[in-house]
Amino acid sequence: MKKYISFFGLRLNMGLQYRVAAAAGIVTQFVWGFMECFVFRAFYETNPAAFPMEFKAMVSYIWLQQAFLAFFATWMMDNDIFDSILSGNIAYELCRPVSIYNMWFAKNAATRISRALLRCMPILIVAFILPEPFKMTLPKNILTFIVFMFTLALGLGVTIAFCMLVYIISFFTVSPQGVRIFFTSLVEFFCGAIVPIPFLPKPLKSIVELLPFAGMQNVPLRIYGGDIYGEELTRAVLLQTVWFVLLVLIGRGLCKIAEKKIVVQGG
Amino acid sequence: MITMENVCKSYKVAKRNAGMKEACKALFRRETETVKALSDVSFTINDSEMVGYIGPNGAGKSSTIKILSGILTPESGNCLVDGRVPWKNRIEHVKRIGVVFGQRSQLWWDVPVIDSFELLKDIYSIPKNEYINNLEELTGKLKLNELLRTPVRQLSLGQRMRCEIAASLLHSPKILFLDEPTIGLDAVSKLAVRDFIMNLNKEHKTTIILTTHDMQDIEALTRRIILIGKGRVLMDGTIDDMRRLAASNEASDAEKSLDKIVAALYQQLNIL
Repeated sequence: MKKYISFFGLRLNMGLQYRVAAAAGIVTQFVWGFMECFVFRAFYETNPAAFPMEFKAMVSYIWLQQAFLAFFATWMMDNDIFDSILSGNIAYELCRPVSIYNMWFAKNAATRISRALLRCMPILIVAFILPEPFKMTLPKNILTFIVFMFTLALGLGVTIAFCMLVYIISFFTVSPQGVRIFFTSLVEFFCGAIVPIPFLPKPLKSIVELLPFAGMQNVPLRIYGGDIYGEELTRAVLLQTVWFVLLVLIGRGLCKIAEKKIVVQGG
Repeated sequence: MITMENVCKSYKVAKRNAGMKEACKALFRRETETVKALSDVSFTINDSEMVGYIGPNGAGKSSTIKILSGILTPESGNCLVDGRVPWKNRIEHVKRIGVVFGQRSQLWWDVPVIDSFELLKDIYSIPKNEYINNLEELTGKLKLNELLRTPVRQLSLGQRMRCEIAASLLHSPKILFLDEPTIGLDAVSKLAVRDFIMNLNKEHKTTIILTTHDMQDIEALTRRIILIGKGRVLMDGTIDDMRRLAASNEASDAEKSLDKIVAALYQQLNIL
């Protein structure tokens, strides 16, 4: 276990040195966040009764989404990993006494966490001092906040476990681009990154809420604003956990198969 | 001890003719050809031996190294390295071997060399004392003092290769695979690397398998040479055996350079 933690630490330190990228990211996320706020404000003002969330919860959802974009954006995949598969540098990773799955999982977690650490604070601070109605609010009580933190971590786990499947599938294809684009566009829609899941039509919504993608940003961000609570909260957390375990198991199984039939070409 | 018995490995290669029409056809029916990278390779290498493994490009040298280091699984044949089947239990196997691929890098690009070493210490669970001793010895012998605090991306190739070799020896492996370790190096670095390999074999009795296209490497380092071509072992002997084999066809090559002898040999054996 220690080896994976050290590797995580090294990657985390590495991630924290990219300051210009973080500054650029923060600016983009502010612009994007404001744009979303205005769009949803316009919807809300047209017909508040048809708006499926409280507007306050919606604002928190948007700002948290921007602050923790690096946690949940499935399109932010680790190009190093695709490169190592394409170029055959994976040979070296296979020469070490480590599990490829754990190593890549640690690497992804480190990249995402370091990116979010650099970006979340400025965004959250500004979001808290904005004028109404775009001001972000605190959660109802401390318990909600604790559950939010827990599901945030679990959501990160589900996102990484899902991305791991995409990495592993690219062992079996010549180029990872196709698989990558297919899966990321699918996920972007179903995880609530484009519009939150409550905005989807009823029949679709009840299906989407059962998919693993709902366990990514949807659960923590809605818990924070108080949109998911009580019995629904228990169910959501349970579903998140089940998907996390399931995705990890599938990923590990696939990884075993991939390692056996791997072909390292060239050199 | 390393034994390979009748090891075979083949790759599928997609083939098509040039042109748009052919490319469209390939969308529906892909023609693949099976290329035999290794057919029936057998040899035995004893502990603390140093062996040069040579052959033209595409002969199967790297495939052999990859099988021995547990990366590739062969289709048939047996292979034992110190009693272990490399691909059966990869993680247990690679703990005890060291590998250097001259054309790739195992150091983490954006951080100082010493960070990579510290991480390898945890990855191989190297005891603290052993790590400190090894690091000290390797730093001295490979002259890494100035390099350890530099990020890898700012090292020259020769500097990087010295660090790569050190990285693969931190866990004191008994067996070391070197796949073209001197590729692209200048004369000074080449000699430094050669000296180091020589001493490693003498002092630590490390078993070393070395693949290279540089015949001077072979001449300086190895007494035993295994020559492979088109996936088959064609010769297993000394440099003199190789000279004799090449001389059997032509009369006047006693004075020829090793490179010429090898080139003649490749042509003669029809393995290019």
